[in-house]
Amino acid sequence: MSTIKNISRRTFVKSIGLASGGLILACNTSVFSDKEITKNLVDFNPNLFVQLNSDGSLVLIASRSEMGNGVRTSLTSIIADEMEADWNKVIVKQATGDAKYGDQNTDGSRSVRYLYETMRKMGAMAKAMLISAAAKKWQVSESECTAKNHFVTHSSGKKIGFGDLVEIAKTLEIPKEYVLKSPKDFKYIGKKLRSIDAEDYVKGKVIFGLDKRLPNMKFVAIARCPVTFGTVKSFDKSEALKIAGVEAVIEIPRVEKPFGALGGVAVIASNTWAAFKGKEALKIEWDFGDNKSYNSKTYMAEITANVHKQGKVAKDVGNINKAFKNASKIVESTFQLPHLSHAPMEVPNAVAWVQGDSCEVWAPTQAPQTTRKEVVDYLKTSEEKVTINVTFLGGGFGRKSKPDYVVEAVMLSKELNAPVQVVWTREDDIKHDYYHTVSAQYLKASLDKNGNVTGWLHRFALPSIVSTFSPGVDYAAGFEIASASNVPFDIKNMKIEVGKAPAMVRIGWLRSVINIPHGFSENVFADELASAANKDPLEFRLNLIGKDRVEDTQNEIKYNTARLKNVLKIAAKNAEWGKQLPENHAYGLAVHYSFYSYVASIVEVSVIDKKVKVHNVFTAIDCGTVINKDTVKAQMEGSAIFGMSLAFYGKITAKDGAIEQSNYDNYKMIRMHEIPKVHVEIVESSEKPTGVGEPGVPVIAPAIVNAIFKATRKRYHNLPLSDYGLV
Amino acid sequence: MVTLRINGEKHTIDVAPDMPLLWAIRDIIGLTGTKYGCGKGLCGSCKVMLDNSPVQSCVIPVSAAVGKNILTIEGASKNLQLLQESWVTLNVPQCGFCQPGQLIAATALLDKNENPTDKDIEEAMIGNICRCGTYQRIKKAIHKTVELKNQHS
Repeated sequence: MSTIKNISRRTFVKSIGLASGGLILACNTSVFSDKEITKNLVDFNPNLFVQLNSDGSLVLIASRSEMGNGVRTSLTSIIADEMEADWNKVIVKQATGDAKYGDQNTDGSRSVRYLYETMRKMGAMAKAMLISAAAKKWQVSESECTAKNHFVTHSSGKKIGFGDLVEIAKTLEIPKEYVLKSPKDFKYIGKKLRSIDAEDYVKGKVIFGLDKRLPNMKFVAIARCPVTFGTVKSFDKSEALKIAGVEAVIEIPRVEKPFGALGGVAVIASNTWAAFKGKEALKIEWDFGDNKSYNSKTYMAEITANVHKQGKVAKDVGNINKAFKNASKIVESTFQLPHLSHAPMEVPNAVAWVQGDSCEVWAPTQAPQTTRKEVVDYLKTSEEKVTINVTFLGGGFGRKSKPDYVVEAVMLSKELNAPVQVVWTREDDIKHDYYHTVSAQYLKASLDKNGNVTGWLHRFALPSIVSTFSPGVDYAAGFEIASASNVPFDIKNMKIEVGKAPAMVRIGWLRSVINIPHGFSENVFADELASAANKDPLEFRLNLIGKDRVEDTQNEIKYNTARLKNVLKIAAKNAEWGKQLPENHAYGLAVHYSFYSYVASIVEVSVIDKKVKVHNVFTAIDCGTVINKDTVKAQMEGSAIFGMSLAFYGKITAKDGAIEQSNYDNYKMIRMHEIPKVHVEIVESSEKPTGVGEPGVPVIAPAIVNAIFKATRKRYHNLPLSDYGLV
Repeated sequence: MVTLRINGEKHTIDVAPDMPLLWAIRDIIGLTGTKYGCGKGLCGSCKVMLDNSPVQSCVIPVSAAVGKNILTIEGASKNLQLLQESWVTLNVPQCGFCQPGQLIAATALLDKNENPTDKDIEEAMIGNICRCGTYQRIKKAIHKTVELKNQHS
């Protein structure tokens, strides 16, 4: 079990950013023994803190980044609930990037999953100490005291506020015993809890990275080569320097690391606009390098050819050839999906101030420790000299896990010997992203005479995220294969193959990652099989998932087909699947397991005059124990819109190595007039909490395509739908 | 030198007259609640009210704002305040970045239309992108604000 200590009297309180005084509990989360937390914990190395002050205020540290995921609220509410604290007394402090907070990466939809149990224990221990303190003060037995709503009450009726117990509690040892609350007594966990930051958000008071200001700070814009990894041959800065506010123009080299800077020409100015204008005025001759041959059209043809021939075998169960040979019907389809860009509303940006061998950064980052390491490596300094302050994130979606923009700011601050803020233009963001992978997939299946699926071949070619870390890798790997080979269908003969696909741009995680292409092809293809078998898609799918079983995967949390079928049934029930819909309207379904959560969506579309409109989305999610219902609901609502944006419009293409899209006019997003009503049901569960931020995305696009088929009998295998003139 | 009147307060600043209002507000005057999202008038993150009309401040030059009343998210207006309360009640923001622009657009709507329909809301808000996808709650929050106003009047 985790070691929780009372560190109220210890000297390093300041180093964790807490004011001294008050009761401070600390622990480390190594109890989680998760592979991701592998820090060698020598002695006592706390990474989770609770501070109760004598005025009753309760300071909790959020070690994950807030980017719309509600994590500052949901994580801290776990402690507050077990502690019987009053939510109105809670103050959330954001952790700086430091190993002492354990793993701080906010990705993979795992923040709550990793920290849930430890946070509960922490809260329960704090409560036990406050009860002990009260018992000691009143000279009564602890068993006669209870804690509730920031007070400890004695059976006689007398009560005392948490804050007034701080001085006694500080002197106590951590109790050996503590009791976790019964889930039925939860006050915040599993309930609707308003975001702790809501008021600041609506008043414009929240400080995002872009809003950080330091005295004498310089604003910087950078011109980067249109082709990935191209370099500067020569440049003329004379016109840029004529612009009022532009102070200097300097070249910065590429830093050849996964999250290193791309390099380019930097314009330093007294305000953002001057820097942007100066950048436009630069005349640069580029050496485009090897990636200038990247043309999306020819590339798609190449990877498509690669899935139409034998690939590297990643899984081979049963005898697929025999199944195909004995089939009563064969169905085959090819799917093509383009690159996507994250395009968070807040562009990449960072403030850095290098002074000697020390550096302080303020940045919207999902990965404060990765960021710190990049900065330490670049400056060739030591960890304690680098502080990463995590600002609020104006959206992340995976883009802000990759701190190349921070490295740029650090390079420039060092060079200029001044605090700088590097700001990407929206065009920079769309044209120089770590793109979601482009993909070609080929699926082939056999049906017997009763319409049962007897064989399943899934072949795909997509540039791997691994290529960002190991240049030259040109086959999908690891988790990218697992998401296809773990397809939850009960089919005896199954084969998964990967085809060659070299990376020509930087490839990165984007909200729900590999589940976008695989969730799409599996769900659309399964629907095609239902149609080939002349069966209702819902009934067919439940049969295809098959009997209740727990699939044997290498993961700590096994997936359970009963839970998968359950969410599909709930979504179908809420949508009243099978009911008569208005003319030209139809339902489509999709169900997918990702980030250990189960999500199904039934989508209602209409197709009128060859234009698609989405009217309703019925989503059901089983994510185990729910911490904050409203956050889960909000994430499902948002995921539906995110999924619609990629289904309708999402498409990044390259021509001669340069990205053709540049801003929200040619990389479109769903807007208010296009939205459906999103109805969400969350499965009540006491299983371990699992992912919420991402698993709602992959089901949306296939459900829309399946609904369009139902309405029109036309099957679309590629995205976005705007390419077909459907939106 | 130009003088801008923002949220009732006068600011005299030394900027080129063609500087977009957004950057004068953010970088020169230091009110960072108004956001940069696209720089092309495509996303609405930078919306402010200029004499009662919503404008995308990233494409409006400072010179066009001289002599007018500018309202930003930090400012006070009856409808803005009521909308902010509904936004909090319905937990609208996710990342929150676009919400100042959304709130200004909604304020402009309610200033001109006391009982907007769904269609009116869609038309008024079409210029504002929310990448997190909070549109459904924004719509609800606007309706809720109208309901509360009608109850009190």
